[in-house]
Amino acid sequence: MDFLNGITLIANYIVIPGLTYGSQLALGALGITIIYSVLRFSNFAHGEFMSFGAMSSIILSWLFVSLGFTFYPFPTAIIVLPIAIVLTISYCIIIDKVIFKFYRKQNSKSVINLIVSIGVMFFTGGLIRFIVGPGDKNFFDGERFILKARTFKNITGLNEGLTLKTTQGITIILSVLLVILLFWFLNKTKTGKSMRAYSDNKELAMLSGINPEKVVLITWIITGTLACVAGTLYGLDKSYKPFTYLHLVLPIFSAAIVGGVGNPVGAIIGGFVIAFSELIITFAYKKIFFYFLPSNFVPEGLLQILSTDYKIAISFLMLVLVLLIKPTGIYKGKII
Amino acid sequence: METFFFDGEDITNLPPQQRVLKGMGFVPQTNNIFPSLTVQENLEMGAFIDQKNINEMLEYVYDLFPILKDKKNQDAGELSGGQRQQVAVGRALMTKPKLLMLDEPSAGVSPIIMESLFTKIKQIANQGTAVLMVEQNAKQALKISDLGFVLSQGKNLFTDSGNSLLANKEVRQAFLGG
Repeated sequence: MDFLNGITLIANYIVIPGLTYGSQLALGALGITIIYSVLRFSNFAHGEFMSFGAMSSIILSWLFVSLGFTFYPFPTAIIVLPIAIVLTISYCIIIDKVIFKFYRKQNSKSVINLIVSIGVMFFTGGLIRFIVGPGDKNFFDGERFILKARTFKNITGLNEGLTLKTTQGITIILSVLLVILLFWFLNKTKTGKSMRAYSDNKELAMLSGINPEKVVLITWIITGTLACVAGTLYGLDKSYKPFTYLHLVLPIFSAAIVGGVGNPVGAIIGGFVIAFSELIITFAYKKIFFYFLPSNFVPEGLLQILSTDYKIAISFLMLVLVLLIKPTGIYKGKII
Repeated sequence: METFFFDGEDITNLPPQQRVLKGMGFVPQTNNIFPSLTVQENLEMGAFIDQKNINEMLEYVYDLFPILKDKKNQDAGELSGGQRQQVAVGRALMTKPKLLMLDEPSAGVSPIIMESLFTKIKQIANQGTAVLMVEQNAKQALKISDLGFVLSQGKNLFTDSGNSLLANKEVRQAFLGG
């Protein structure tokens, strides 16, 4: 029984949150990686694009709720997601046409594009706070839990409960679907293949008659979709506060680089590596030892390697470690 | 300012992609494949603008370079130098060119592979595609050429059939090493 309790504890506090947070990071890192491999710069504005997506979902779900459209047990934000995606894509394309295109036409170095993207990041962040304000916004409605701790305890008779929040379930399912769709698009469709070709060898792609502007447009459509879904899911799961997305850029970049930048599979692996290392390092293991060790062996302290305040630092640590040991990332990617 | 005509059309100001559309296939000397795409996807990219008869074209390229058929699902970046060169030529052929331009196709491949590559190039020419090639291995290249040009210091010094150029004493002494 103690053994099962221990397993449940790990599942409840590490596995499920890790899968959820990992999916959110993976979607974000995919956006970064795709921009990096096609447009060849590190897009620091991606966190704010995610924030823009989440903001769109919030405003739309407020609108829907005030008009009386709710879809119990689903959160309204998921129902309005397609419209929010269109808004985010439009924002990305406008930014590209107004700002990034100018630098692309000049064949600017990727460092210059990176600096430009930091400008876009601050602008977008400001725009978002101007529209919805800097405060915390909880926009979750619908059924809160798929599996409640008490229900689980009643069914299994264990001391430890296992909860699965609706947002966690939705995050994991939606991420899997989106990733399958993305890989199908990149590997099976003519347009997807032309995007990979363009990222591989720009000159030869143009010699094959691939239209660069169309590739760029599709890149922003994909990025906008990923950003909006990732941002909305993150906001639903935690709560929406514009400033958190500024901090989110770090774990997302770490995920993309740890996995191997420019490589979509790497971005997904990286997302989960970062998410799980944050959780594993900041988790208090006392209770686990309580279940797994004889009672007189259980130590006194919390057995926490680092306090949760250091969460962000861990993704930075992972980034440095990977760059030192394997600069191409876990999965073969480009060296930055 | 010089003007350039291709098939009776002024192409002086056309960007490279437009020239491909007019029927000028081009194999650059370096970076001439998509390394992370499979061999088959590389060839498909060649047929990007014109998807008609894509399967027949694939058959044609695979007949010409049978090794590519065996490796069609492998990433092109994992192939040997000679095989990469075959992928590059194959991709250009998929654009259904009237004229196939090759920039130093033998650069970086072993002599044996070069031999077979030249045989294939001759075969392409015999099947009705004009081939224009810039080559450093002048002797071997002239052997398979209908018409050769010897360029030096930006000037065209000799124009003759491949075999006559090979026999030409001046050309031999100055450019072919005796």
